[in-house]
Amino acid sequence: MKYKDYYRILGVERDASAEAIKRAYRKLAHKYHPDVSKAANAEEKFKEVAEAYETLKNPEKRAAYDQLGSYQPGQDFQPPPDWGKQFGDTQFSFEGIDLADLLAGLAAGRQRAGRRGEHVRMPGQDYEVTAHISLEEAYRGTDVDLHLTVPEYDEHGFPRRVPRAFKVRIPKGATDGQRLRLAGKGGKGIHGGRDGDLYLNIALHPHPLFRVSGHDLYLDLPLTPWEAVLGATAEVPTLGGPVRLKVPAGTRAGQQLRLARRGLPKPHAGEGDLFAIVQIVVPTVTTERERALFQQLADSSTFNPRGHFQQEVRSGS
Amino acid sequence: MEAEFTETLWLDERHEFSLAELAELSGLSEAELRELVDYGAVVPRNPQALQWTFSGTCLDAIRTACRLRDSFDLDVHGVAVVIALLDRIHDLEAQLRHSRAQVPRGTR
Repeated sequence: MKYKDYYRILGVERDASAEAIKRAYRKLAHKYHPDVSKAANAEEKFKEVAEAYETLKNPEKRAAYDQLGSYQPGQDFQPPPDWGKQFGDTQFSFEGIDLADLLAGLAAGRQRAGRRGEHVRMPGQDYEVTAHISLEEAYRGTDVDLHLTVPEYDEHGFPRRVPRAFKVRIPKGATDGQRLRLAGKGGKGIHGGRDGDLYLNIALHPHPLFRVSGHDLYLDLPLTPWEAVLGATAEVPTLGGPVRLKVPAGTRAGQQLRLARRGLPKPHAGEGDLFAIVQIVVPTVTTERERALFQQLADSSTFNPRGHFQQEVRSGS
Repeated sequence: MEAEFTETLWLDERHEFSLAELAELSGLSEAELRELVDYGAVVPRNPQALQWTFSGTCLDAIRTACRLRDSFDLDVHGVAVVIALLDRIHDLEAQLRHSRAQVPRGTR
């Protein structure tokens, strides 16, 4: 079993008061709580901090932890002989568990001893996992394989680490930030308590062409100046295959052309829309003939896109 | 290891929870949830009815608030404030995603 230095994690001395431990925990919780902090390693850091506080805030657990001795963080160690008898009420198995499991098992042992065999129902733990899927997978629906290692408790309340694998069907209709609930797939309940749930957060990989807002998709549609002026029919990609889009004459840059129901399917019925956002793109390399034609257009056109500048200056003065 | 196939459930507005289900799944007591309804932090679909029902979308914010309650020793009033702020953050994030989706690539 690897040693974790809970005092060092909270940044307190080994003889710190309960009040000092609480203060140190709160400070770190503000910094790393994953619901509050956006730091990249926040979740991992907070787990460490919460695990340390869970033990050190409880005088009995803290005493049991102190009795384990002091080692370097990450150093392999074995609890002293009779540690289990002293702090549990039977022999622990130290195989395949970590320090947090060990101390949780101790709490279960105490509870059992205190209640003289009375079994207290405890619900299983809930878990949250993020499934990263592509936009195409969200469009069609997909299966994802989840592998978790979760603590399970035997009838005496002793923990062991159990690998669990699920194949989860993500039905079509998923989009960024949506949640799925897998009822009863979290940690096992103890003494008849309900099993915990597994919550799946959907996160979409960025797509090279489409941007997502809810179930609507946005696509940049580059047009030549003459296509924008004269109108055109453009082939545009959609998740269901290419479609032909009629671009009306006189289309402006930034205009959104809506392709109804070509977005992501919604969970139960209907689909979002696809919006093609017009960009007018000019050629960076032109032939002599092209330049001549543009010159001819410049000479004969009276179009002034900056006319309103003059008007605004006049009305402002 | 054989993977077990698992049925899933969308937590969206089409899904409905009773007060008892919401309490069981969130970790808050029914009394705490009633207090949150009093503060306006959680709104039942049918506030006038005897048996309240709640949209499936409520669960996520309530679970988050419950985690924060446990981590920061918040009382129910504190939890109500957290839920209101989380709602605002989610709305703002959705607006930001919507605005970003409309900005052409290369100009962001």
